[in-house]
Amino acid sequence: MKRYMKYVRPYLYAFILGPILMITEVAGEVLMPSLMADIINVGALNHDVGYIVGKGLSMIGVALIMMIGGIGGAWFASKAAVSFSADLRKDLFRKIQTFSFANLDRFSTGSLVTRLTNDITQVQNLIMMGLRMALRAPGMLIGAVIMAFIMNRQLAMIFLVILPIMVVAVAVVIRVAFPRFTILQKKLDALNSNIQEMLTNVRVIKSFVRGSYEEERFARSNAELKNSGLNAFKIVIIQMPVVMLFMNTTTLLVVWFGGNQILTGRMPVGDLTAFTTYVVQVLSSLMMLAMVLLTSSRAIASLKRITEVLDAKVDLTDEDARYSQVPVKHGKIEFQNVSFRYYKNSEEKVLDDIDLVIEPGQTVGIIGSTGCGKTTLVSLIPRLYDADEGKVLVDGIDVRDYSLKNLRDGVGMVLQKNVLFSGTIQENLRWGDENATREELLEASRSAQADEFVQNFTQGYETELGQGGVNVSGGQKQRLCIARALLKKPKILILDDSTSAVDTATEAKIRETFRTTLKDTTKLIIAQRITSVMEADQILVMDEGKIVGRGRHEELMKDCEAYREIYDSQMREEVLA
Amino acid sequence: MDQARKERLIKKYAYAQQTDMPGAGGPGPRPGRGPGRGGRNMAVKKPENSRQAVRRLFSYLEQDTGKLFLVFFCVIAGTVSMLAGSYMLRPIINSLTEEGGNPQKLLHSLILMAAVYAVGILAQYFQQRIMITVSQGALERIRNELFCKVQRLPVRFYDTNNNGDIMSRFTNDLDAVGDMLNNTIVQIISGVINVTGTLCLMLYTNVWLTLVTVLMVPLMLKLAGMVMARSRRFYKAQQAALGTLNGYIEETITGQKVVKVFCHEEVAQEEFEFLNYDLRDKQIFAQFFGGIMGPVMNGSGQISYSVTAIVGGILCVLRGFDLGGLTVFVNYSRQFTRPINELSMQMNTVFSALAGAERVFRIMDEEPEAPDSPDAVTLDPCQGHVVLQDVTFGYNPDKVILKKISLYAKPGQKIALVGSTGAGKTTITNLITRFYDIDSGSITIDGVDIRNIKRDNLRSNIAMVLQDTHLFTGTIRENIRYGRLDATDEEVEEAAKLASAHHFIRRLEHGYDTMIEGDGANLSQGQRQLLNIARAAISKAPILILDEATSSVDTRTERHIEHGMDRLMATRTTFVIAHRLSTVRNANAIMVLENGEIIERGDHDELLAMKGRYYELYTGKTELD
Repeated sequence: MKRYMKYVRPYLYAFILGPILMITEVAGEVLMPSLMADIINVGALNHDVGYIVGKGLSMIGVALIMMIGGIGGAWFASKAAVSFSADLRKDLFRKIQTFSFANLDRFSTGSLVTRLTNDITQVQNLIMMGLRMALRAPGMLIGAVIMAFIMNRQLAMIFLVILPIMVVAVAVVIRVAFPRFTILQKKLDALNSNIQEMLTNVRVIKSFVRGSYEEERFARSNAELKNSGLNAFKIVIIQMPVVMLFMNTTTLLVVWFGGNQILTGRMPVGDLTAFTTYVVQVLSSLMMLAMVLLTSSRAIASLKRITEVLDAKVDLTDEDARYSQVPVKHGKIEFQNVSFRYYKNSEEKVLDDIDLVIEPGQTVGIIGSTGCGKTTLVSLIPRLYDADEGKVLVDGIDVRDYSLKNLRDGVGMVLQKNVLFSGTIQENLRWGDENATREELLEASRSAQADEFVQNFTQGYETELGQGGVNVSGGQKQRLCIARALLKKPKILILDDSTSAVDTATEAKIRETFRTTLKDTTKLIIAQRITSVMEADQILVMDEGKIVGRGRHEELMKDCEAYREIYDSQMREEVLA
Repeated sequence: MDQARKERLIKKYAYAQQTDMPGAGGPGPRPGRGPGRGGRNMAVKKPENSRQAVRRLFSYLEQDTGKLFLVFFCVIAGTVSMLAGSYMLRPIINSLTEEGGNPQKLLHSLILMAAVYAVGILAQYFQQRIMITVSQGALERIRNELFCKVQRLPVRFYDTNNNGDIMSRFTNDLDAVGDMLNNTIVQIISGVINVTGTLCLMLYTNVWLTLVTVLMVPLMLKLAGMVMARSRRFYKAQQAALGTLNGYIEETITGQKVVKVFCHEEVAQEEFEFLNYDLRDKQIFAQFFGGIMGPVMNGSGQISYSVTAIVGGILCVLRGFDLGGLTVFVNYSRQFTRPINELSMQMNTVFSALAGAERVFRIMDEEPEAPDSPDAVTLDPCQGHVVLQDVTFGYNPDKVILKKISLYAKPGQKIALVGSTGAGKTTITNLITRFYDIDSGSITIDGVDIRNIKRDNLRSNIAMVLQDTHLFTGTIRENIRYGRLDATDEEVEEAAKLASAHHFIRRLEHGYDTMIEGDGANLSQGQRQLLNIARAAISKAPILILDEATSSVDTRTERHIEHGMDRLMATRTTFVIAHRLSTVRNANAIMVLENGEIIERGDHDELLAMKGRYYELYTGKTELD
């Protein structure tokens, strides 16, 4: 809870003023009946029209003050609740920005999105309601109980007996409801990822005519959501009847004991009437509180999910970096006995004792069958993951000793599963370097062989890309992604199977520019096509997490069986042709 | 944030805001911020929209009419017993002071009162219990319908709409609707009963005073209307801003890894904050106007109470109206305005709900894929003769992607489409599956124009392996079986073997029963492709489209698949799109596409002999040896 104070502090005045102004409403409500009584008891009884009008006007005055207080209270309550949640959302987003790849793999995209949106809304609603009720309900409750004690201590004891039992009963209801809301939220997550899956897979669904199958699947998780909703709400709704049960019992007890006191002449009748009014006031304020709790049980489940993200340990930081000021200068890469597992307790090593030296400016090709650890290997260079054993060095410095910003600025990586963002082509390219000149931008684009097709669009670099770059083809997307990375002018450039959808001729041109314009950049190219890596200074052949062959093309042809096999599989036809 | 970037963001989202919140602006003075935007026409249309939205929302409750009647009954029972309970106190108290009051008599009255209370509590419980069943059921139905509806929308819709915004309609918007269904309906019913009951009692007590109280009602409603108009406007703006922010969140979080690789966290944060604070600014006003409804209505209720007191007092003086009557009456007048207040307090919920419902209905009203024409046929069995005749197509009318494409594919043939990226290869497959409809020309299968084939039948005769590999949450077995739901476990394994996926699947911890989560993040891209191929292999569709199906599969594995693939393709019409020319070499016909036109066609040898573009591509490759 303490951590959330920091979101309260900047708006502390609103958090305080809101409830205080709301109190004017309560005060007015208490004042009104006495003014009214004056009109009847004094004005009407004495036939004093002036008095009646005077008191009446002051009633209208009180009503106006109540209204103004209420409006002011609403303003500060909205301001406080909305600002609180906006700031919280901001920090939550910021936290996610610091997440490592491993963190991101653990929380699913769908659940992160729900936490940022839905869960925060729940919390906001709670605060809003809390601020409106914060002083009003307890104020009324306490006031009524005190008044009751002043009036008749014996009768008021009934409150002391009933109230604790009632609080316990409400607490039990909330206790039972709480885990059910957690389940509800989980089901909601599941439903959301179901929807998300449908949205991304729509072509597959349509092409396999699985619409009704998907609908059934959705209907199932939808029904589960409904049932867990019913499960949770059916507990929550018990709350109101329980509160009413207790309060009605109190009324009956008050009338019974009070009535007996009256019958024996120990209590005036008027007091009993007033006493029952207090019971009603206690009742209504308790109902308000119960309502706040009702919302809060759901909101607290949400808050828990938010806290979970805020508390998530980012397992990859640059806090202990010893050379945080040093940028990547040359682009030399070394792997020393590096091993890596995706799941810390799994047997299978994705990388197994890798040793490797890559000199600045070298072109290194990496080839190997699907799932052999190529992507993982290069992911360790910009520290997308940390090695479990061994060290990765760039320019002789452990990657863990660089600041992440410097390291990743020095390493341009084109991911295999790459995305463009909605916005213009130019905006997307500028991800590489926001302040690049137009000339630099065109240069990078030309190097990636993207300029030509971009210029062919009617709006050129101002063409709007849809979400995920839907309006360019796969190969065009890849070339834009390469251009984006090139604009960074990295010392190390990693292409993770990034030209798979680019045609061979274009790819050859891209490679040509790499050779000429990126002479000093260390280039790591993961590829399926052997032609993509054949002329590299060093080719690594990987299999099951190990490097099984390294050297130049000719050398590997001579003594690497696996490499020859790959070569044959691709070049066989040429030989025949 | 520097000024230039801020301006860019304002420009970027100006369009979205303009279209999404047409109400912000409108006639009348507008408190607060932001440049005013015109919305004259919208202001007039709005009530109609919300009336429609309400009517449509209620249509989802229709099948629960019986239950709603029960709720109605419970509300009446509850309200009446509450009123009765408090009313009964008066005679009880009076009896205490009368002659002959004794504990025995008191106990009897209390037992009666307890019974009335019990009825009230039970009624209240059942009313809520039934109502949540009704509202949760209605929500379930709306979600199902929305899902079905969204799914039937044409691919173009997905290509042009933001996933996050669509998601937001399922979650945020429907949540708001749910809140309303849970509470508001009951409130309305009990409010109406309260108002009617009290009105009767008031008329019974004093007609003139009743007139005064009732005359205050239009004033209150006028005030409520004023608040409501603003509230609605800001609620709409809030809901739209929420959608935009949601879209941004969805897109960024999905691409979070790219964000990290580019150290783009700060920029993403800035853009997020821009949208976040935009939402905040609108939300404060939305919540404020929603929140002042209570105080305003309460205050005006108190004014009405005061006026009644003044007039009543004067009536007492001038007309001899009895004091007891006045006491009772002012209390009635409070009771009369209270439910009106309570209802207006609900307006927050109602506005969110209506704004949400409108956004949901807007998607439901999107044009779905055109229905099959009435004389559409089913190809049974389908042979797989695919003919494209002068096909011209563009995603936008002003940009033609394919120009007069013609080709003919026979069963058992393998047709390869090669050409540079963006030449229109994938577009052709989009057209054969009718993801998009062609602008001119014709596509026929077995001699029937595909527009005259039932769409489901057409698509179930085509198996596709797409460039972007996507898997579903579920086991590997389920994912492969997606291609044909009635396939046996043996057939699943058979297909996996055909696609060379069997080997790696076996090595997974749970084999075929390994769960795939989050689009198969635990599998490599190539492995995902193999599963996609297996999924296509298991379907018995006579037409097969492989769009860069093996681009991430290493060539050694590809070579292994080849054998299986040959078997697969032997009986089918196959379209292959590939950059790796080795993949397409043995095709019966190779089409070289450029700028939306087929510039060369023939088999491998013919094309080489032609010494044209294909030759260039091909030798361009070998030259690099």
